[in-house]
Amino acid sequence: MKRKSISYAKWGYIFLIPFFLVYAVFSLAPLIQTFYYSFIDYSVNTGAVASVRNPVPAADNVVNNGFCGFKNYSSVIGNGGIFTESLINTMILWLIGFIPQIIFSLLLAVWFTDIRLRLKAQGFFKTVIYLPNVIMASALSLLFYSLFTQGGAMYELIYNITGNEQSWLNTAGGSRVVVGFINFMMWYGNTTILLMAAIMGIDTSLYEAAQIDGANPSQTFWQITIPLIKPILAYVLVTSMIGGLQMYDVPYIIGGKAGGANGKLMTVVSQIQQGKNSAVGNVAALSVLVFIVSAILGFITLKVMDDKSVKTRYNKKKKKKA
Amino acid sequence: MARIEGVAGTTDSRTALTVRRVIAYVVLILLVIISLLPFYLLIINATRGKVQTGLQFYPGKALGGNFKTLLSENYKQTYGDFFRSFANSLIIAAFTTVLSVYFSALTAYAIHVYDFKLKKIAHTFILIVMMVPTQASAIGLYRMLKNMNLLDSYIPLIVPAVAAPAVYFFMIQYMASSLPLEIVEAARIDGCGEFRTFNTIVTPILKPAFAVQGIFTFVSSWNNLFMPQMIIDTAEKKTIPLILQIMRANIQSNPMAANAGVMNLFMVLAILPVVVIYLILSKNIISGIALGSVKG
Repeated sequence: MKRKSISYAKWGYIFLIPFFLVYAVFSLAPLIQTFYYSFIDYSVNTGAVASVRNPVPAADNVVNNGFCGFKNYSSVIGNGGIFTESLINTMILWLIGFIPQIIFSLLLAVWFTDIRLRLKAQGFFKTVIYLPNVIMASALSLLFYSLFTQGGAMYELIYNITGNEQSWLNTAGGSRVVVGFINFMMWYGNTTILLMAAIMGIDTSLYEAAQIDGANPSQTFWQITIPLIKPILAYVLVTSMIGGLQMYDVPYIIGGKAGGANGKLMTVVSQIQQGKNSAVGNVAALSVLVFIVSAILGFITLKVMDDKSVKTRYNKKKKKKA
Repeated sequence: MARIEGVAGTTDSRTALTVRRVIAYVVLILLVIISLLPFYLLIINATRGKVQTGLQFYPGKALGGNFKTLLSENYKQTYGDFFRSFANSLIIAAFTTVLSVYFSALTAYAIHVYDFKLKKIAHTFILIVMMVPTQASAIGLYRMLKNMNLLDSYIPLIVPAVAAPAVYFFMIQYMASSLPLEIVEAARIDGCGEFRTFNTIVTPILKPAFAVQGIFTFVSSWNNLFMPQMIIDTAEKKTIPLILQIMRANIQSNPMAANAGVMNLFMVLAILPVVVIYLILSKNIISGIALGSVKG
């Protein structure tokens, strides 16, 4: 005899309420607001602030000239516009960190998974290389700032070697290298672990066959490992770009409000922070552009994650854990 | 794991292997030094005095003095109360963590266990919004809060944790692998209510997932600079990263007055909780990274 089935569907809806309610209030509504502000000519002139520590909420002078079409967009995209400038800055900073990151991560991932190499103390190495990722980026950056600023230890060292009195932080190239290096340090461990998971998912018989055929390590790497971890490589690339687009703490602490001596550390997200109480319309347009770029990158990520090889790899890992 | 050894180690391939091994260790040790040196320097510098010239690799004698300065009235005037900023960061991070893991699990549970019309759409929606960075809507949020006079409060820093798409994604993957629906069925037959089933039977099963995601959420909230900087104004409400930002501004505006020893001590204390948690749980954390964590 069949038991009368009870519908539990309503519980599904009830349990979804908190998520969707909070999302609507704190993310969706603000997002709609952002879109709205991006189409109106809106700016704020705040009164003078008494001190950094204790800003007096001065009366704001709001300038709202209503709907202005795509004017905000054209002013942030156009020549010297804040979006174009800061996007270029962000991309350069991201690249300086990402290129060494992917090279070292690939190298480490291959070494860690190479059975013939049999590296010892892998747990220790993995723990150490991931450590910088959990550290407060602001603290790490402040340390680097104090080392490289005029009179800092690294400043002295560079001065003694090159005789250059200019602090690295005051040059575009130098400050970019410092930010890129911190980003590299924070993220190569993470990437290594992702790539390792991918390489361990490759069928070992492929490596055995290659070995019997007399392939050397570099042939194995280029002709077996790389082609087979392409989906994960794409995933790492795209998620790193999404993360890079949101870069804020490191360049802000190194460069300060103005984005370094010549504004080259001004990232896209810094513009949002700096303009929240001034050029609201422009910053909103910039935010919408950030949204569009992330949406495109996110769409690519979802596509990559849909890829069968990635899926089975995740499943495999899960089964192992269970 | 059985992968055959090299086709009988001829001396040639043996030396090649040794060379590769040596190179690997050298590079690894260099990277370990690079990764640990900053922390070493922080700790050493925290024991040194106000003015620090050059690198130094052995501890100084000013640690006690630095602690005294850190807790002094003078420091309070410049950077705010030391314990206060710690408590602020701790309150925000703790609430964020609890809300985030609990409600993400509840949301994932709704999609995983129940069958309803909008199930697929809800799941796809959450996956899509996972890719929208919070910064993209930050300006809208800021103006909205400002118009409603809700700025300078912890609510916009804590409550949004209820809707954490990335944590949801992890939870639903975890449930797919370790939460058999039979358990829920059995609970129903025993007359257990749906909400109670989730709280008393399902959450214990999810403990490992809670641990991994809890750590990630705690760490990212503890380290967050962007949102608190956007929302918090009052000195008494400032979190640790905001104090670091004031320190940085002070080094630039008045390098002579900056006390390097105290700043480094503050930084050491700022990262200490996270480092301790990490070192205790590093195994779980590292295995959690590869498991579909989408990084911002």
